[in-house]
Amino acid sequence: MKNKVTSYFKLPQLTYRVWRVWRRDQDVFMKTYRVNFIPPLVEPLFYLVGLGFGLGAFVQPQEGLPYIAFIAPALVATSMMYSSFFECTYGSFVRMYYQKTFDAIIATPLSLEEVIAGELLWGATKSLINSTIVLAVITLFGLVSSPLFLLIPAFSFLVGLLFSAIAMCFTAITPNIDSFNYPSFLFITPMFILSGTFFSITVLPIEVQVFSNVFFPLTHAVTLTRALTVGILSPTLLLDLAWFLVTTPFFFVLSINLMKKRLIK
Amino acid sequence: MKPEVFIRAENLTKKFRDLVAVDNINFQVFKGECFGFLGPNGAGKTTTMKMIHCVLPLTAGRLTVAGMDVAKQGREIKKMIGVAPQEDNLDPDFTVFHNLMVYACYFDIPKPEAQKRADELLRFVQLEEKKNVLIDQLSSGMKRRLILARALINEPQILILDEPTTGLDPQARHLIWDKVRSLQKQGVTIVLTTHYMEEAAQLCDRIVIMDSGKIVEEGAPGDLIKKHVGEEVLEVAYDEEVLKFLKSAFPDARLEVVGDRIQVFTNQPRGVFAEVLSKFSFKAAMIRDANLEDVFLKLTGRRLRE
Repeated sequence: MKNKVTSYFKLPQLTYRVWRVWRRDQDVFMKTYRVNFIPPLVEPLFYLVGLGFGLGAFVQPQEGLPYIAFIAPALVATSMMYSSFFECTYGSFVRMYYQKTFDAIIATPLSLEEVIAGELLWGATKSLINSTIVLAVITLFGLVSSPLFLLIPAFSFLVGLLFSAIAMCFTAITPNIDSFNYPSFLFITPMFILSGTFFSITVLPIEVQVFSNVFFPLTHAVTLTRALTVGILSPTLLLDLAWFLVTTPFFFVLSINLMKKRLIK
Repeated sequence: MKPEVFIRAENLTKKFRDLVAVDNINFQVFKGECFGFLGPNGAGKTTTMKMIHCVLPLTAGRLTVAGMDVAKQGREIKKMIGVAPQEDNLDPDFTVFHNLMVYACYFDIPKPEAQKRADELLRFVQLEEKKNVLIDQLSSGMKRRLILARALINEPQILILDEPTTGLDPQARHLIWDKVRSLQKQGVTIVLTTHYMEEAAQLCDRIVIMDSGKIVEEGAPGDLIKKHVGEEVLEVAYDEEVLKFLKSAFPDARLEVVGDRIQVFTNQPRGVFAEVLSKFSFKAAMIRDANLEDVFLKLTGRRLRE
């Protein structure tokens, strides 16, 4: 029994070859970069105008911030989540199942562990690219008030790595591509609403607040991004950061082992 | 000179849960030869291939490639093997040329060298004109050729071809055969699977016939034909009387009724059937050369496989 559990947490043997896979995904991304840059450029505009200016006219300040300034950093954080999670669910599944890209790569000196690690790093990179664009948009709107915002891209890579790893766990166990609806609607969508994104979660019942803090990575991503955007720091932010530093390696290793179990019988 | 053993399997076994895909097999592939795995669907051919190129772990037994153990030195072995898989796993996001370049990158081939090899290989498989075309605009024959080119990007010493010509038209098939022969001349050891008997007879120096995970026969195609089905086969239209007659005329022959035809196999030398046909006339009679397909069907039966 003990062996069974540890088999999910075997440390992967990785070499520089991981970056070959990352590079392959980046090559594909760059082929269609114009299309790829549209969502992170356009989407925040709608939220800022529609929710920020529109709904914001009726909403009292949240946690001491004007409504539009409150949601702006959350848009940066949600773009980290969406870009990396979807890259390593739908994106990785298509490469694994439909295109057989992983099969092609593991016939070369690369191992499956390296392929998956490369995918995860690419997912993290997508988070960095998309959230940095959103960050630029909210900066143009004058919604960034602290130089600490320069730390956000580095942080977005960490957040992206976690969401990629969680996504890859689902990819490893999903029977088919349609089943991604479960994590998308039961995990990602609730997080999008209940992570202090569009209103302070302090108005919610304490049980929901606790749940949100324990199980929703986005809650911690939003808190940290908001703090770095407006420059208001508190010691509890270290707990938010610690949350990522603990869960990310956990899911990183777990996702690679789950994929090995799926693909190497 | 004794040929050098390049791939050696000893009691090789692979189980998937309850299914024994490869059941305790032994074989040796010599350096520079073309070695074929024949067998119906589900015989364990592809599983064996995948163990040779180190993407499937063994359940039991031992498998070495160029003296290296697949369980321990997978990375080293994969560097010297080229794999052309059964299914198309070309990268649809890239052009023909870029597919080769990306693959070269996985082998740490420096870019200028990779470009040179990619151009040469595209010429070799006659795809220069498609260099900048996306994969989905290629015919299936072109895709197979590109997969062959991709398998050669690392200048492999061993080339694995898993059903290299399945689904191709005769022109495309003959082109692939030509390329395989010329690679063998250059000294590449070739391991292929096929269920086209003609392909095996054309290309392979030695073959094994697999069925239900086991090797049921092994040898040179010509020797196997002689051993199992003789040199010639007589085929005539089915008739009760004719069958009785043939049984008495060829007491030591093997007679098989397939559909509405009778097939007669014998170990006797060429010419015995012609002699009988010169004296008696049968409906729709013909004498043909025995072939590997006769061997295959004799050894693996006519039952359809899933």
